[in-house]
Amino acid sequence: MRYLPLTPADRAEMLATIGAGSIDDLFADVPQAARKADLFDLPLHAGEMEVERELASLAAMNRPAGAGPFFCGAGAYKHHVPATVDHIIQRSEFLTSYTPYQPEIAQGTLQVLFEFQTQVAALTGLDVANASMYDGSTACAEAVMMAQRVTRRKKAVLSGGLHPHYAATTQTIAHAEGMDIVRQAAAIDAEAAVLDAIDSDTAAVVVQTPNVFGVVTDVTKIAEAAHAAGALLIVVTTEAVSYGLLKSPGEMGADIAVAEGQSIGNGLNFGGPYVGLFACREKLVRQMPGRLCGETLDAEGRRGFVLTLSTREQHIRREKATSNICTNSGLCALAFTIHLSLLGERGLRELAALNHSRARELRDALAAVPGVEVLTPRFFNEFAIRLKGDAAKTVEALLADGVVAGVPFSRLDPAAGMEDVLLVAATETTTTQDIQTFAQALAGRTA
Amino acid sequence: MTMQNVGRPTRPEGAVEATGHTSLNGGRGLLQDEALIFELGGWDKTGVDLAPAAQDASDLGDLVRAAPIGLPGLSEPEAMRHYVRLSQKNHAIDLALYPLGSCTMKHNPRLNEKMARLAGFSDLHPLAPQATVQGALALMDRLAHWLKTLTGMPAVALSPKAGAHGELCGLLAIKAAHEAKGQGHRRTVLVPTSAHGTNPATAAFVGYSVVEIAQTEDGRVDTADLAAKLSPDVAAIMVTNPNTCGLFERDILEISRLTHEAGAYFYCDGANFNAIVGRVRPGDLGVDAMHINLHKTFSTPHGGGGPGAGPVVLSEALAAFAPAPWVVSGEDGFKLVEETVGEAAQGFGRMSAFHGQMGMFVRAYAYMVSHGTDGLRQVAEDAVLNANYIKARLSPVMSPAFPDGPCMHEALFDDAWLEGTGVTTLDFAKAMIDEGFHPMTMYFPLVVHGAMLIEPTETEPKHELDRFCEALIALAHAAKAGDAERFKGAPYLAPLRRLDETLAARKPRLTWRPEAKGVSPAPLAAE
Repeated sequence: MRYLPLTPADRAEMLATIGAGSIDDLFADVPQAARKADLFDLPLHAGEMEVERELASLAAMNRPAGAGPFFCGAGAYKHHVPATVDHIIQRSEFLTSYTPYQPEIAQGTLQVLFEFQTQVAALTGLDVANASMYDGSTACAEAVMMAQRVTRRKKAVLSGGLHPHYAATTQTIAHAEGMDIVRQAAAIDAEAAVLDAIDSDTAAVVVQTPNVFGVVTDVTKIAEAAHAAGALLIVVTTEAVSYGLLKSPGEMGADIAVAEGQSIGNGLNFGGPYVGLFACREKLVRQMPGRLCGETLDAEGRRGFVLTLSTREQHIRREKATSNICTNSGLCALAFTIHLSLLGERGLRELAALNHSRARELRDALAAVPGVEVLTPRFFNEFAIRLKGDAAKTVEALLADGVVAGVPFSRLDPAAGMEDVLLVAATETTTTQDIQTFAQALAGRTA
Repeated sequence: MTMQNVGRPTRPEGAVEATGHTSLNGGRGLLQDEALIFELGGWDKTGVDLAPAAQDASDLGDLVRAAPIGLPGLSEPEAMRHYVRLSQKNHAIDLALYPLGSCTMKHNPRLNEKMARLAGFSDLHPLAPQATVQGALALMDRLAHWLKTLTGMPAVALSPKAGAHGELCGLLAIKAAHEAKGQGHRRTVLVPTSAHGTNPATAAFVGYSVVEIAQTEDGRVDTADLAAKLSPDVAAIMVTNPNTCGLFERDILEISRLTHEAGAYFYCDGANFNAIVGRVRPGDLGVDAMHINLHKTFSTPHGGGGPGAGPVVLSEALAAFAPAPWVVSGEDGFKLVEETVGEAAQGFGRMSAFHGQMGMFVRAYAYMVSHGTDGLRQVAEDAVLNANYIKARLSPVMSPAFPDGPCMHEALFDDAWLEGTGVTTLDFAKAMIDEGFHPMTMYFPLVVHGAMLIEPTETEPKHELDRFCEALIALAHAAKAGDAERFKGAPYLAPLRRLDETLAARKPRLTWRPEAKGVSPAPLAAE
């Protein structure tokens, strides 16, 4: 077996050194009844070629996003990732290293995390960021629980513009921790409704911008209302590229910003692994979940980086930790940081402007299709449209035309009664030809 | 001396010996002293060429960001050089044995990387129409089949994103099952003192109070103490098996019998499944829920701290409470059930936005198929053999924490053998760096004083094990011969000397600030 270096002679020699008669002797502590003597009802080992053949045949059954006109967004976005990014993250020293617990021999990973934290803080307009979370949705749940620790209150208000899967994740996880989660009904322009739900028991108000329908909102007034009631404002973003064009959460008064960072540096990967961004105001840092990397000096006075404030974390605090999290999304954070370093401020602004421009082009084309109503007034790179009829059926029908038209809102929230609403996104990868094909196909199906 | 609560020093002690010759620019030969990206002056630079936008953002009015963001850019050659230079300051499995106990640092086959990058997997949107992702759903279904078969458990929740996330999933299923039986009043989770920190943290997170179970002299769960603490208030026990001392819980069948008799569920921390895969099925041990760290047992890369993946296998009693989504197969192919309604109404909710770590599923599946049922059994055997070989070779000079009987996949030593040398576990570990090895896990498990937990994994050849053992034996002799300086100042030969963690925590500097270097991000020059 190509991954196992020991030879039968090695094994015999090693058993002799150990003083054991056989391998079975080393498993002596396993109760006899639990020892599995036979092989399992599974295939035997396979060569690289055979494995490649099986997986390639499975991959070939799928239609990649890049195979034709493609307009799905709703929390995951098709962007171009420079070849440099994938090359660097496959370097052995990054790919096959562990969490940087020994900082003297992990400065590569640690310096990248410090750069990552600085980039995320800059993007979100907040003071500090952690070394990443699993993804945007779990970062959202963690932010809500952090607000509970900060305010010592139990109620969180989730706007109806929050991605329904983020809301469900937050409900599941934060509710388990004893929080009272008020999830508002889905609505295109949901943000104003949160104002009425804020009271003196509220720990956090969670608002997404651009929201799940693509609506971009200035949350300044919500921040003021939350702060007046002693609550924190958590701003969620599922499309990190939007930071290149829109006012940052920090600028608008957010206390905590969380985001899905997949759009920068990371592929779609059918939903994971992704990278959660998490930033907050400096005064809240000791209640933050997850790993933090900080600057320090070595014994000769040279700058270096270490994991720090670990007394918040589970391996030191055990049941008193701020979170049970033990992993970040290191390699995805590395990809994010490399891509964003390549973009720089100029590139990110250009990329964001291009995304917005493509989405405006898409809006103009779809708005001209009879029977299509554009629901989102101001958007970044995705918006909602209302169709005459069921959106899921339309998506299915358009597949025959080679177009993946978007995400039916009913797939995210079947109970919302919005079967006719379709979420569509455009990015820098969308071409004018893609847009025309979509509009023509849609016109053909709705005629 | 500044210590963490487990007795580990957090800042360098005493005078530091200079290493002799130094460069004039701060580097060490080919190992460059690399600045942060914020110090390279690229405020107006980009390494990405994009088409100009056809339409402007005038429709967004005052929603547009006005102030500079503060992001530097790098051209492609600069980016390549920056990150390659940084990479050279990391240790990696591809460089040498990486003996972190409990972390399972094994070889990461590159075939798995190649497979995960097939466009049919990597370029798939999680919400693409299900008719267009049948191959991905089939892969999830096949992975689930392997995981269920290898563990002897009837169900698996694939969506948890890491081990600790899997623990959370398992405990939420347990909580839901108790509530469904009218047993929602159960408030306690029992956890052995040797458990991973995530176990009590997860239990507390879900609102349970944590009670510790004592350990016997020989490093196992004290079943008498367990029996005494099992009450109608106990919701679950969380036991790692093989445990964090690297030992198989001999009384595991008794532990699960007692637990079930008390009406509680048995959560098994599967972090150490690597030691028994193919030889023991957790389902045969009475386990009700167990997370599987795909990044440990099934070799998906650790990537400098994630991403992980933590599917949870569930017993018949818990299967109905699994979170959405999951894959079902029917006449029309595979279907992803995304909502906990209808038949799935008992599901406890949702762990994350999408379906789990698909990129890791592809890698883990490629790993499993490569090994096959015969190869996986050999994995466990070689992992255990390698650990026992290290234990046998090092026991004459170091003190094994549990000398009697075999260990499983990791060998645990305490610091009794360092007594009187003036060298601590931390010093010894740092001196290993100078010999070219990553230190073992230190000061964990907490139940062993000055613990040194060594896990070689099955992918180490004998000559590398010998090289490792000989390095440790030489160091042990140096410590006993009074050469404390070699240890106190270590590492001498790493990219940096010992780092001051106390300084980092006292006044945290978590982001680069322009004022620190007297430079500031300039506004972008007009095109």
